[in-house]
Parts: sequence; structure tokens; C-alpha cells
Amino acid sequence: MGKGVAITGMGIISAIGNNVAENFTSLTSNKIGISKISQIDTIHKDDIMVGEIGETNTQLEQRLDIAENQWSRTVLIGTVAAQEALAEAGISDINEVRTGFISGTTVGGMDKSEQYFYDYPENPSVRQHITGLHAGDSTNKIAKHLGLKESFVTTISTACSSSANTIMLGARMIQSGQLDRVIVGGTDSLSKFTINGFKTLMILSDTYNTPFDNDRKGLNLGEAAAYLVLESDAMVEKNKKNVLGYVKGYGNANDAFHQTASSENGDGAVLAMEKALQVAGMKPEDIDYINAHGTATPNNDLSEGRALIRVFDKKVPHFSSTKAFTGHTLAAAGAVEAVYSVLALQNDTIFPNLNFKTPMQEFGICPVTELKKKKLGTVLSNSFGFGGNCSTLIFSKEA
Amino acid sequence: MSELKQELKEKIIEQLNLEDVAVDEIQDNDPLFGEGLGLDSIDALELIVMLDKDYGIKLADPKEGRKIFESVQTMAAYIEENRSR
Amino acid sequence: MKKSVYINSVGSVSAQKTFDDGFLENIEQRSDTVLAVVAPNYKDYIPPAAARRMAKGIKMSTVSAKNAMQGAGVDENEIDAIIVGTGLGCIGDSEKFVSDIIDNNEQFLTPTRFIQSSHNTVAGQIALGIGCKGYNFTYVHSAVSFESAVLDAKMQLEQNEARTILVGGVDELVDHHVSTHRLIGHIKEEPVDTMSVLKSGTSGAVFSEGAHFFVLSNQKRTSCYAELMALKTFNTLSPGQLGDNVGNFLKEQGLTEKAIDLIVLGYNGDVEFDGYYDILAKGPFSETPQAYFKHLSGEFDTASGFGFWVANKILKHQRIPDPVKLNDLHRVTFETVLIYNQYRGENHSLMLLKKC
Repeated sequence: MGKGVAITGMGIISAIGNNVAENFTSLTSNKIGISKISQIDTIHKDDIMVGEIGETNTQLEQRLDIAENQWSRTVLIGTVAAQEALAEAGISDINEVRTGFISGTTVGGMDKSEQYFYDYPENPSVRQHITGLHAGDSTNKIAKHLGLKESFVTTISTACSSSANTIMLGARMIQSGQLDRVIVGGTDSLSKFTINGFKTLMILSDTYNTPFDNDRKGLNLGEAAAYLVLESDAMVEKNKKNVLGYVKGYGNANDAFHQTASSENGDGAVLAMEKALQVAGMKPEDIDYINAHGTATPNNDLSEGRALIRVFDKKVPHFSSTKAFTGHTLAAAGAVEAVYSVLALQNDTIFPNLNFKTPMQEFGICPVTELKKKKLGTVLSNSFGFGGNCSTLIFSKEA
Repeated sequence: MSELKQELKEKIIEQLNLEDVAVDEIQDNDPLFGEGLGLDSIDALELIVMLDKDYGIKLADPKEGRKIFESVQTMAAYIEENRSR
Repeated sequence: MKKSVYINSVGSVSAQKTFDDGFLENIEQRSDTVLAVVAPNYKDYIPPAAARRMAKGIKMSTVSAKNAMQGAGVDENEIDAIIVGTGLGCIGDSEKFVSDIIDNNEQFLTPTRFIQSSHNTVAGQIALGIGCKGYNFTYVHSAVSFESAVLDAKMQLEQNEARTILVGGVDELVDHHVSTHRLIGHIKEEPVDTMSVLKSGTSGAVFSEGAHFFVLSNQKRTSCYAELMALKTFNTLSPGQLGDNVGNFLKEQGLTEKAIDLIVLGYNGDVEFDGYYDILAKGPFSETPQAYFKHLSGEFDTASGFGFWVANKILKHQRIPDPVKLNDLHRVTFETVLIYNQYRGENHSLMLLKKC
């Protein structure tokens, strides 16, 4: 079927590194980013573990040369990752051709909204955060900082599949000729809002998360931002761009089962994977590695595992979840794992699914638990979210 | 015990917004989930918060709720035995 | 070969009585700084068991979406995809969850409010309600949230990736949001009469809410309102670049300003930003019939959904209701309508519709 869309740049900041190179080093040396929470004062600090980015807001502000307390942490980390992606793609004049920016977020500026919720009437010096409650405000601020003008800029919020969906939309806009290049990805910082929200759903683990393990206790929340630059073939050819990999297939479907939980048999996940394979013009056996959603909640891993078995029958490819390294970074997760998928392709390396001990009693498939060298041509990446939202992306080495 | 059951029925209706259900329509042994009142897993989480807030009972695993929330009868019995307020 | 895209039906819940079949025959005249929707009787549309956990935004959307599906005569199982735009999602529940966190010191919190806070809860719940397992996206980008949803649908229908898509925009009016936006001057200080909004002479807007849903398809039904020709959004546009960009947008469709039979403008009575609309109204479109709508709908992130509803209705009925007329110019037939919107000088959008 269709030709893939070229990826020419990537940027990331997560609990396991402030850039792409640091993330790769951590992934290949079993350096996990899960710890007790240090930057948010919450009564749950002793009951949960999180994937927190090391730098404080002040450090991030200094790095970006931004005045103190003007931006949400979501915007700060988003800007760091987007700038790295543009630099790697060698883009200096962002407005030179038709360039779009599509960002995914769930919390946007919630870290500041919750901090100053009752302070606005008395304290004019924090009112810059009032408009930050609009999720799109974080995207606008990053776009403005990148210098993007008169352009297509939008925000997708489909819970934990948000940034996977930005990659899908970006690829479609390049393929349909509406844009020459587009920066896609997502950003979410930790907040009391999400910590307490997931707490009410009783799916937070009090220790290190263990994807696909029979005794998994739930997820660790994380924070991250990651962006990729996608460019049209004409742009790649004209500027002799180094292509890191291709977005080859994509699919989104709805589980239409429950507001937060996945269906027992992973109907939505199956549909998303099948659609992505169809768009890529591939058969299940063409997939070399799967970066699973694998949040380590009892519900997700069972549903996703069953979906994998349904799509790939008895030949489920090597798979792993990298969430034991980063935690579940919500809207950013799809883009974080897109970066990891491209790194896997570039280095012919499968990253390990850490903390796995006991196979799940419901089925016989097990993730890859140690760093593994393997010739990789294609990687499939899953991202699922509340509202039954299921997304699958397929990345390839060759167009 | 019967006072507690009455109280629970009122709370269930209020907490879960069961606008079209009256207290006397809920029998002590009616199943709350599935066919009876038709509650679902989100309601179960709401009820877990109610146990904590109103009766000082903390459940760590939502699965524990399944047995406790079978009916108003089972709920009341569990609360009687375990309440700290 | 690109397929044509049709708007086969419309559905609206707004600050006007738009949930029935009428077309602004009787205007709700109010004098306020915020406008709540004229709500239908939700019980007529939503069974109580389903409604018990629904936020206002979900209820408004359910009614509006049901009316749209009914208007197009499409069955629930014919909907291939659901795409929603919302500036703030179910902000009422989000804000309540935040205040509960603070007020109760992170204790005794319940999941329902958090679940509703997910921006995609409207699209998700509609899918759950009608059992739609297809594509399900939610755009949350201020004044172009609705436009992003329409653009996505248009792309899919043109490529025949989907045949029938339910597209909507929804936003709620909520106390804390209103009180904080008063502090930063985004809401007018003094009440203003519905029909005098443009003459207010003050800054800020009249805030409101609403839900607008449409059935878009690449097959024209007898119920068809209009054909969607083109759509473009811009994160920034300086006043000096607006005219040229509109000209280029029309040129790409093989049109000039003269070919436009009606321009629908997003004037909201904010003296600081209405100048953008003046550039078009007093410039290249001064000889064109003009309409406005936010005095009736109020301002909210997806208010352009109401503008889209007005434009579609005008094309179908070939009549401009008096309350939306900005000038007295007329055309014998309305073939082509251009909608231009922006909010506080950012997130500009152009949508071009044609009679079908």
C-alpha cells in the first residue's frame, strides 16, 4: 500500500534522560527512572512510585531562558523536546515551508491550575496561569516559542493515546499534501490531578511496575515530552535529509466497552492493530518487534495480551513494554515509545521488559526481558486510553 | 442493622445518582451489580470511597469489593463487623 | 480522485432555542455577561440510567448528536467515526475534582469526576452509547478545536477512508472558569443586550456554552445542507496579513472575493479584537451580504460550531434570519458562504461552504 512518511528528527525528555542519547543509554543499561516523588507535595508520596524528570522547573526555565513561573511544567518539558527534534532535523527556519505542529496532552497546565486554583482573586502575579487550564494553551506556547507563524497548529487529547494520534494525523496530513513537514508528539507533566485521579481508579502500584507479570499491581505514573519531525518525500529529497525511519502504518479504533477499562478480549486493540497493518500493507508476520502499551495494570495487560494473540495467532513477535523504565507518561507515552521504536530500528535492538518474573496465568506469551540484538525492519507500537481509545503505529526502516 | 441498611440504601441512591430509584424499591438481598440495580465497576469504586469516608474502612484491592457489595445485606454485615466510625 | 464532502444534517444546543427544527424565529433576548444554553428536556433524549453520570457537556452533546443523526436519517451503525472538538472538555467536573483535591486534602475522592475530566469523554461516551468501534478523535485547541475536527473528517471522507462521520464541538459554562476569566478581562464587566453586543464599546466577550454536531458524508443525502469545500486554520495572523491569506485561500478554490454570496463573521463585541472582522467586512467584502452570530450564541471555544450551524441553515433555507444580518445586502440565491473566526487575535479559521 502507501509509502511511509519519513521521520527526520526526534526529541525527548523523560525520567530516564533529558535527550534522545541519554534515553538510549538508559534503555540499554537497565537504568530505570522510577522513584519516590520529589517535586510534588502529595499525601500519597509514600504510597506511590513515579517516573519523574530530574530537572526542576527552575532548571528548565534557566535552560530555556524563560522568566520564572510563567509556564506550566508541561510547556517547559514540551519545549525542550520539540527543540531537540527540530535541531536533529536540521531545521533552522521553521516558517520556510508549510510546517504544522500537532501536540497531545491530557493535563496541559493543570500543575499550575491546581496550585493556584484559589489564589487568583487575591494574587494577580499568578494570573498568567488562568488560561493554562486550556489544554491547547500548552501547544500554543510551544509553537510560539518555536517561532511558528500562520500555520496549522492543533492539540489532540484522547487520554493515553493522545500523542500516538498526533503521529497518525501528522502522517495523514503529509500524505494528503496539506503540509510539507510537521512536528508531532506530546507532553504531560505530573500533577496532583492525575495522581489522585488514578488513585481513585485504584490502578496505581505502590512499588516498581511489572508489565505483563502475573502479580502486577498497577502502573507508575510518569512525566515526559517527546516530539518527532515528519517530512514529505519532496522535502527529504530536496534537502538530502537523513531519514531515521518511517511511519508506515497507523490505526485508531474504539473499544466501545467501558469508560476507563479495556474489554476482556481487547476488541478495540485488535481493530487498531489490524487497521495499522492494512494501512502499512503488511501481514502480521511482517512485524519484527512490538513495543506494547503494557501499563502493568491487571486490566490492560490481560486485554492487550489477548489482543496480541488474536492478531498474531500463535506467532506473537518479540514484545516488551518500556513502562518499567519511564512509568506511564499518559499523553506523551505514544510519542515516547515512537522514539524508542525508531531507536530500536536504528540499532537493531529490542529493549527489555524489566521487572517481569511470572508469566500470566491466562496465556502463555512472555515479553522479552533482556536487551536483545535482532535485525529489525518493522516495529509496531500500541497506545490505549480512556474512552476506549486504541491506537497502533507501525514504524519501518525502509520506506 | 436495619437502620444501617436503610442508611445504605439512601446513600447508594444519592452517591450514585440513581434518580429513578426509590429506597423501598431496593430489597436487602437484591443484587446491586449486574441484573439487580445494574451498578458497574465505577460504582464499585464510588462505594469503596463511601466505606472509607463514612465508616473508616479501607479496601486496598478493588476485588475485595465484589463480595462485600453483593447486596445491601452483605454490605451492612461487613460494615457492622469492620467499622471504625 | 478526491470525493466531495457533504453536511447532511445539523444538531444544536445553544444559548438560543436551537434544539428543535426552527431557525432563529424567536430570539432569546438577554442582558448579561454570561449565557447558559436553552436546555432541552434531557429526559426526552437520555434514559435516566445512562444520564446519571453524565456531565452537562455530555448531555448537550448527546441531544445534539441524536438530532443530527436523526436529521440525516442515518442509523447508529452507519457512523464510521466520531470526531469531537472541545476547548475545555467537561470542565465542570475537572474543576470540581481539583477543588475536591484541595478541600479534602487529597482524601475521599471519587472516580466519576476524574473520568469525566478526560477531554475525550464526550467522544468516548457517544461511541459507547451507539456502539461505534470506529475512529474516535478529540481536538482540544481553543478556538480551532471544532475546525480541527471538521478538517480531520474532511480528509478521511475525501480519501474514502470513512463514508459517514459524526463531527461536533462542545463546551460548558462553569462558575470557576467564569470567575477566573473575569479577573483577566476576557469577560465583559457590564451586561450587554443581545442585539447590542457589537455596540458595547467595551473589551471582553459574553461567555457561553453549547454543543453542535453534524453528520458529514461523502454521499449526499436528501437532507443535505451544504457541501464543505475548504477549511484552513492559522495559529497566528497579523491584521496586515489577513486579507492576503483570505484571498489565497479562495484562489486555491478557484474563487475570488466577488464569488462569495455571504460572509459569516465571528464578531463578539470585544473592541480589542473585532478589528480583525472589520478588515474583511469593510474591505474586500464590503459589497457582500454579511452575517454575525456570537451575539446570539455567546463566545466559547467551539462557538464557531454555532456559526457553522447558521451558515448551513442559510444555505439550506436560502434565507438569512434578520437577527444575524450585519448589512442589508442581498443575493437572489446563496451559493457560496465563507465563515471567518478568531479568538483574541489567535487561532484564526476559514471555512468555505457551497449550496448542495
